[in-house]
Amino acid sequence: MALLELHEVCKTYHLGEMDLQVLKGVTLSVAQGEMVALMGASGSGKSTLMNILGCLDRPTSGEYWLDGKEISGASANERAKLRNQLIGFVFQSFNLLSRTSALENVCMPLTYGVECVPEHEMHARAREMLCKVGLSERMNHQPSQLSGGQQQRVAIARSLINRPPLLLADEPTGNLDSRTSEEILQMFKDLNEREGLTIILVTHDPEVALHAKRTIRIRDGLIAGEAEGGGEEKLR
Amino acid sequence: MRFYRTFKTAMRALRRNVMRAALTTLGIVIGVAAVIAMMEIGNGSALAIQHTIATMGAYNLMVFPGNALLAGISTGTGGNMMLTPGDVDAILTDCPSVAAAAPVVWAHAQAVYNNLNWQPGSLLGTTPAFLDVRDWSEMAQGSSFTDRDVRNCSKVCVIGQTIVKMLFQDESPIGKQIRLMNVNFKVVGVLKAKGANMMGADQDDIILAPWTTIKYRVSSTSSSTVTVTTTSANILPSQLYPPAQASLYPVPSASQQTDTPQPVRFSNVSQIMVEARSADEVQSAIDEITALLRERHHVRAGMPEDFTIRDMTEMVRTMSSTTELMTTLLLIVAAISLVVGGVGIMNIMLVSVTERTREIGLRMAVGAQSDDILHQFLTEAIVLCMIGGAVGIALGRTVSILVRLIKHWPTAVSLGAIVVAVAVSVLVGVLFGFYPAWKASRLDPIDALRYE
Repeated sequence: MALLELHEVCKTYHLGEMDLQVLKGVTLSVAQGEMVALMGASGSGKSTLMNILGCLDRPTSGEYWLDGKEISGASANERAKLRNQLIGFVFQSFNLLSRTSALENVCMPLTYGVECVPEHEMHARAREMLCKVGLSERMNHQPSQLSGGQQQRVAIARSLINRPPLLLADEPTGNLDSRTSEEILQMFKDLNEREGLTIILVTHDPEVALHAKRTIRIRDGLIAGEAEGGGEEKLR
Repeated sequence: MRFYRTFKTAMRALRRNVMRAALTTLGIVIGVAAVIAMMEIGNGSALAIQHTIATMGAYNLMVFPGNALLAGISTGTGGNMMLTPGDVDAILTDCPSVAAAAPVVWAHAQAVYNNLNWQPGSLLGTTPAFLDVRDWSEMAQGSSFTDRDVRNCSKVCVIGQTIVKMLFQDESPIGKQIRLMNVNFKVVGVLKAKGANMMGADQDDIILAPWTTIKYRVSSTSSSTVTVTTTSANILPSQLYPPAQASLYPVPSASQQTDTPQPVRFSNVSQIMVEARSADEVQSAIDEITALLRERHHVRAGMPEDFTIRDMTEMVRTMSSTTELMTTLLLIVAAISLVVGGVGIMNIMLVSVTERTREIGLRMAVGAQSDDILHQFLTEAIVLCMIGGAVGIALGRTVSILVRLIKHWPTAVSLGAIVVAVAVSVLVGVLFGFYPAWKASRLDPIDALRYE
């Protein structure tokens, strides 16, 4: 069963008099447990698609099925709830709270959860997540005391704390050197294979896309091609 | 529970940037401290001003005997000799609004000391209570005469600074004898300088003595109406010494006594000075005294009183307008400082929202609803204002205590100011914290995350 399905999704921005159609009917399906790379040049509509997938934005028209529900018409608050429960975000610039320990950073999404988690349980879960990403030694360090790779791992632990089925990574290795990038990507792979986490990697780097099992290319607001692994795309 | 979580989040956010939080609070701290200090110092000043005006005699009432018509000729105020020392005692015991009352007997006499003489502006016979009425109890030297002196007709007096200057020059007057109408008075005390009154009359040009002494030994003006055992106001030396008196006037026999009944010893006083307990009680004191004296003087209903009561209307009005002015002034200063503090909070909260745009975007991305963000920022602002209020109260109290200790200014703790300051600081937190919080909650998570 598909975890998420897009059907003829369009997104138009109204810039004054002019209408700018960024997505021109994207149809896409990602199954549970897939690891997909979303590629495209800048201005291709990649970011817009990623925002719609991440429930940060909603399509102008079309359907978006996530976890068996049609959510293209969801209100801002409903989408906030969906983001909290179903989606983990990993950003290029980590976006950790400064002057806040790794543990507190990881705990943060729990404070916006539907159910109230007591503090000690919050910390227990955060510790578990940090152990999973290999930062058991640095739980009380602040972001400024951590390297880029470690910061990104904290961010991954944070994205996983609510045990979401979908992880959206927006250029997760963009700010990292190649060796650390490799480590982070390996971690995504492990999470995907061992825990069956569905991962969508948004990138423009073919090297990164190689780690995914499937690559989706976007050009001018349309799916330009799909390929297994990072290999040659097959044209539609 | 949700509120508690928001509160914890807000507290964590504040802890993350203590410096910024402290700076934000500073506006409110200074605002509230200014309010508290101003209120306390102002209240103290208002009390001091009230006290000063009270010393000028604002609470004083003067009861004068009324007009007497003698064969169609009016004698003017004071013509009717109806006020008695008994009235004074009755006023003291029966009028709850009265703090003090003293009889006054006017006299005119030249004061002589050695080769110097002086015509005192006022020579008053009274009781020690007069000094309480006039707020003049503190003496420059010596002490006041006593009630015992009044009962005994003692020849003692208390003099004002002008008299000291005129009669004694560089000498200390305590224990010296001055002569009034050929009667020697021992100076037992010197009054503190009081200066001129509102009309420019020198209040220090005064001699106070027991009213009995003035009445029976000095005053010649009213001697004709005084029925006392002495036939003259001037004292014969023989009368001062009972043995001599005994030899001069043999004890009358019982039949002689019944044949010549002693008239009731009646003595009038020129005026009664009364002090009301407070400015508000001046009117009730007037009403009480009027009712009491009407009854004592057997004035029938509908008939005019045989006395008049004067109050210091002008001074009372001055006082209430001064107090009103002070209160308004303080309120304006307080309002301005709190608004300034509030705007300070709003400024820094707005800067803080801009600075934390990415954080807000992140919080929204991981599931914070716009209400969560609104509540968080609002809570931050309110917490800051409350902390600021508390620190401000402490600071304001410290300042007012310091002012009292260093400058010896009177200050009065104003509980109202504290309550108002806390309430207003919370209100300021909500009012001025709302706009930035609302702005933060309206952010689009996509833009906020991309904000540089």
